[in-house]
Amino acid sequence: MSKKWKHAIIVGASGGIGEAIVYELAKQGISVGIIARRGDELQRVAANAGAISNQSKFLPFVHDVTHYSEVPALLQEITKQLGGLDLIIYNSGIMPLVGKTEYNFETDKSILNTNILGAFAWLNEAAMRFQNARSGTIVGISSIAGERGRKGMPAYMTSKAALSTYLESLRNRLAQYGVKVVTIKPGVIDTNMSKDSPNKLWLMSPEKAAKEIVAAAAKGSVVKYVPFQWRFVSMVLHLLPSFIFRRLNF
Amino acid sequence: MGSSKLLPVDHLRKVEGWGGAVSSFGYVYSPKSTEELLEVIAIARKHDRKITIRGAGRSYGDAATGAENIILDTSGMNTVLSWNLEKGVITVECGVTIEQLWKHCIEDGWWPPVVPGTMYPTVGGCIGMNIHGKNNFKVGPFGDHVVSFTMVLVSGEIINVSRESDAELFHAVIGGFGMFGIVVSITLQMKKVYSGLLRVQAWTTTDLHALFDLYKEQIPKSDYLVGWVDCLSSGKKLGRSIVHQANYFAEGEDPTPTATLRIDRQSLPEKILGVFPKSLVWMLLLPFMNNVGMKFINWLRIVASKLPLLGKPQYEQSHAEFAFLLDYVPGWKKAYGDGGLIQYQSFIPKEHAEKVFASQIEMCQRAGIPPYLGVFKQHKPDAFLFTHAVDGFSLALDFKVTDANRGNLWKLCSEMNDLVLKHNGRFYFAKDATLRPSDFQAFLGDDVIQKFKSLKEKYDPSGLLQTDLSQRLMRL
Repeated sequence: MSKKWKHAIIVGASGGIGEAIVYELAKQGISVGIIARRGDELQRVAANAGAISNQSKFLPFVHDVTHYSEVPALLQEITKQLGGLDLIIYNSGIMPLVGKTEYNFETDKSILNTNILGAFAWLNEAAMRFQNARSGTIVGISSIAGERGRKGMPAYMTSKAALSTYLESLRNRLAQYGVKVVTIKPGVIDTNMSKDSPNKLWLMSPEKAAKEIVAAAAKGSVVKYVPFQWRFVSMVLHLLPSFIFRRLNF
Repeated sequence: MGSSKLLPVDHLRKVEGWGGAVSSFGYVYSPKSTEELLEVIAIARKHDRKITIRGAGRSYGDAATGAENIILDTSGMNTVLSWNLEKGVITVECGVTIEQLWKHCIEDGWWPPVVPGTMYPTVGGCIGMNIHGKNNFKVGPFGDHVVSFTMVLVSGEIINVSRESDAELFHAVIGGFGMFGIVVSITLQMKKVYSGLLRVQAWTTTDLHALFDLYKEQIPKSDYLVGWVDCLSSGKKLGRSIVHQANYFAEGEDPTPTATLRIDRQSLPEKILGVFPKSLVWMLLLPFMNNVGMKFINWLRIVASKLPLLGKPQYEQSHAEFAFLLDYVPGWKKAYGDGGLIQYQSFIPKEHAEKVFASQIEMCQRAGIPPYLGVFKQHKPDAFLFTHAVDGFSLALDFKVTDANRGNLWKLCSEMNDLVLKHNGRFYFAKDATLRPSDFQAFLGDDVIQKFKSLKEKYDPSGLLQTDLSQRLMRL
């Protein structure tokens, strides 16, 4: 019944944070277009969301975010079926483990294809729509990993740094049209992506993260660290001079 | 889903109901001619989209919004096609506004026989909603003064319709909220007037019962009669009101009709109380747009109406000044804040009206959501398929909408709907944002809905014409 949001799209919603966000939006009676590669998982998420709210629509769409040319038509089809669009959340991302001495161009390229170019394809299209409508909220799930260039996973960190910068740029472009752009920087969330990571500092459940992310989006936050403690870590990281930072082993 | 199916995103807009409380997104196209309009129909068919007809967008709720539809904005088709000043018959395109209409005719001694409280709706919109004025009890709705109209069907065929040529279609299209075709031109019979002024008289009543008594007494003597109701007073003062009556001058009564009929004589005042520029007045209202503030404003209004100088129980006023009260304060709805407003108007047969309206005001007060404006009118039945009029009265209630009260307000309106239906009351699509499909079904009845469906099947079999309202009420 809220005037604020009635229709949302979650790109990358077949598990983890994206799945939890779908359920969080379902609790608020918002209809959601659910996008991911895995059709069976999408069906499961849509069915679960339907069990939470029978007043809303949950429409699954199988799509690989690296198939960029499909996006304009797919976005228009989803918005037509949903009946509008107020919120889009780009959550697709991959984080293949990379060895300390590994430099694999194909792996790095696949990371950028999904984490960045997929975001460009979806969020540029959404930005054009929201700019014309003079309304809407764009949320990008970036990461604390993009704060500085650590030793591990250079391409992943690059992708998240690029995503954060891209979102900031979108925010500055779209503010004059009343469009909100929110950057989410999660720390370690208890999902498949982090299960092999040795770092479990301030581990947070996807459900709790989803609640915080949706609340931040509703508030129109600029940057939201999830959980909030990572904001202080980020501040410290930015203050560290390079000759110290390169000695840190993480 | 190939690119040829893509609608250009630069046509996408957020389209709101006039109250600003409901909205959706649509692809807005603004044809300037019938030929361009036919092209828009072709675009809709090519892209497998529905069409929502929109004039000036002055319906309070979702009657002129259509989620992800093509929004056919007809406001650019706004030419006066012909004017017969001897007979007072005018033919206009659908996007001509009431303002254009009266300005075109008044210096020749003619006035639109029915006008709403604002001069900005289009004539096409007035047809679609079959609007009424403060003289509904006397002259019926807008449609009663339509001679004929030209309509583009979704098939591309163009037909002329009058009472004589097709009475059933005439009475369905007028008030049919744009469901059967696109009315592109309208021929209207205007009302002869012998002065640019009206004689206005005002009364203040102590409660709702006194309001009904006053109406009973004054209706036979009135050309126009309208009541403002204080919906924040309770107990013995429940429904206290200020009533304004206006009457035309008879031929020869105005010694200088040429002067009083001039357009510049009709203009609304630029300043309120001679001091405040009217464009800024909505800002002055901001601090009062809450229950306490409005209680004070209403009290002030009642007190002022009783003061000899401010109250002015009898005076002369131009047609425009009396008719277009909603235009005195430009942008006044902004004072309602981001959530906007909805108007809830119900029409109740005379034998139940007083009891129902008293209950409605009490229900609102109990819910903690009192209306900040209440407007009372008398009506008479008419022959249109979707008529909202009854042999009785209406009370229009303006509610401030916030994120916090939205759920409770919709619930309150549903409860009031139940009360209205229990007393054989009716509703008005131009104002509606809260009716449920079951309310729609109950107030119109099976016969009317069946007739609607058969006409829809005949004139728009693919259901190309849709609005958020039609989707909400009928799931078309």
